[in-house]
Amino acid sequence: MDTPTDDAAITVRGVVTRFGRQTIHDGLDLTVPRGEILGVVGGSGTGKTVLLRTIIGLQRPAAGSVTLLGQPVSWDGSSTRALAGRFGMLFQDGALFSALTVGQNIQVAMRERGDLPQVLMDELARLKVELVGLPPDACGKYPSQLSGGMRKRAGLARALSLDPEVVFLDEPTAGLDPIGASAFDELILDLRDALGLTVVMVTHDLDSLARICDRIAVLVDKKILTGTMAELARHPHPWIQEYFHGPRARAAFATVRVGGG
Amino acid sequence: MRQRSDDPMGDTLSMLERDGALYLRLTGRWTLEVARTADRQLREVAERAVPRVVVDASGLAALDSAGAWAIRRTVARLDARGVAVDLTGLPERFHAIFAKVRLPDPSTEVAPPDRNPILALLENCGRAVEHGARVGRALLGFLGFALVNLAGALVNPRRLRVTAIIAQIEATGVNAIPIVGLLCFLVGIVLAYMGALQLERFGATILTVNLVGVSVLREIGILLTAIIVAGRSGSAFAAQIGTMKVNQEVDALETMGLSTMDVLVLPRLIAMMIALPALTVFGDAMGLLGGAVVALFLLDLSVGQFITQLVGAVDIWDFGTGLIKAPVFAVVIALVGCYDGLKVSGSAESVGRYTTQAVVESIFLVIVLNAGFAVAFAELGI
Ligand SMILES: Nc1ncnc2c1ncn2[C@@H]1O[C@H](COP(=O)(O)OP(=O)(O)OP(=O)(O)O)[C@@H](O)[C@H]1O
Ligand SMILES: [Mg+2]
Repeated sequence: MDTPTDDAAITVRGVVTRFGRQTIHDGLDLTVPRGEILGVVGGSGTGKTVLLRTIIGLQRPAAGSVTLLGQPVSWDGSSTRALAGRFGMLFQDGALFSALTVGQNIQVAMRERGDLPQVLMDELARLKVELVGLPPDACGKYPSQLSGGMRKRAGLARALSLDPEVVFLDEPTAGLDPIGASAFDELILDLRDALGLTVVMVTHDLDSLARICDRIAVLVDKKILTGTMAELARHPHPWIQEYFHGPRARAAFATVRVGGG
Repeated sequence: MRQRSDDPMGDTLSMLERDGALYLRLTGRWTLEVARTADRQLREVAERAVPRVVVDASGLAALDSAGAWAIRRTVARLDARGVAVDLTGLPERFHAIFAKVRLPDPSTEVAPPDRNPILALLENCGRAVEHGARVGRALLGFLGFALVNLAGALVNPRRLRVTAIIAQIEATGVNAIPIVGLLCFLVGIVLAYMGALQLERFGATILTVNLVGVSVLREIGILLTAIIVAGRSGSAFAAQIGTMKVNQEVDALETMGLSTMDVLVLPRLIAMMIALPALTVFGDAMGLLGGAVVALFLLDLSVGQFITQLVGAVDIWDFGTGLIKAPVFAVVIALVGCYDGLKVSGSAESVGRYTTQAVVESIFLVIVLNAGFAVAFAELGI
């Protein structure tokens, strides 16, 4: 577990993150093998978003190292450029380019490659819109003309625009209706099965965790504990106990086997 | 994982035409790379005149949505043209993604349509004129609404938010003192210096004091101050209120039963009506000081001579005509800023657009109104 292996999509070693005098992560380790769907949970403000930003090279930690798809992350933009198109990120509140239509948002990364014919890019943009379950006319709309849930889907369509190997999803199903949310889960599963996609997904949606995540990473005490749902359900930490055995959890897991839980 | 091979098509797509049927063999990694390189070829295949096409997908090693799309599109096009298509051997694990890649309606727009540039220019001109007229009317309406509310608040002072007003006076007035002072001082110097150079030729350098006194008090002081404040605070009003609109804070206020007018507009309006006249007095003084510096050091006048000449040159009405304009400009700047801020909707981009618009509109209105005042005062003979 300590040496970064070739088949690990993401390796995080000893990451320490501070804002002023507030320490968010304190020697955090995480390994995500290729093809895994990892759910990240933790209370509000425990640094889930900050962790994703650290992994994709947006937030420089005070100490520690990150390897993404075999490339050491350098936090100065160079590793991000080297990995362009191989990972995608769905930001917590969409972060769509407001001056561009949804279709153009999806095409930004494709256009950056510079070698795709416009017809193909248009087809692919419509396809991604269809794929994430947006109505076809959403393609020509501006983000401000969409609802919150639709913006989320548009953000996912953009994250998937180049069929990346790893996607980071920051609360993808928050704000979706339950039917839409489970269709979203199915979509993630299908993409993983077809493409070997690696998914790191911050979520508070217990149903998603139970249905599609292979392992779960819990952010507690500035560190990460990982394990399958069954393993974590037996963990003695009080927050984890509360999380997996609270009333909401019991309802969500009633239909799923929680192993010894 | 995604190497670009030198000849990606060679090992991913092979074709064979035999017995009137076209056999396609898909092998290797069908990803975006292949969708791109084989794009032309697949489109040709889709239009090819053959009675039957057999696609053998058993050799696929990887399939992403772009690759699946390229296959799906070709098959669908052939199908639509009445060609018999057999897709065989698609590995089990790709069924899900292949099924996901449905055919979207090709007619939906991805980008806004391009327009004829000349027609677009004409159309934009027309829209701009119509828009200007509508903004003018709406601003008048907003002015009336604000003044009614202002009167209501003055009658019922509990509606006045004193803390907010004081904070706004600090932001728009006190914090603007250095820049207003410096700019008025510099313009006073330039005015006196240029005036002295011209008047020297008539041996009337002493009249420089009259020139500076009258123009600073009647025009320069108030106009310069109003333009600086429009640029500093008119834009700030629009940006602050606009950001609150985008974050739905304005909606939250309304939902809690608070009036946007009372909470956001009136404090800014009142603060501006206090700050701008005060700044104008200060700007006038600094402009005269600039003139005095030139008079004392370049024209070798004494302080006493300067003051006597100045008092003889200007009367209280020169000061008064300048100062009368200040509250009017204050209303214009504050209301245009607030109005444009409240017009912001949807995206962060529109905050920028309306902020710019607020500055342009308020400076435009200040200068136009100033011209109107000049004509009116001339007619009235003051
Ligand atoms: N740029 C920043 N400057 C200072 N503090 C920050 C910054 N970004 C995040 N923080 C702090 O870091 C902590 C973690 O923030 P983060 O956004 O990662 O929370 P989160 O776990 O994603 O929470 P949520 O579930 O609410 O999205 C918070 O306490 C936040 O105040
Ligand atoms: Mg977050």
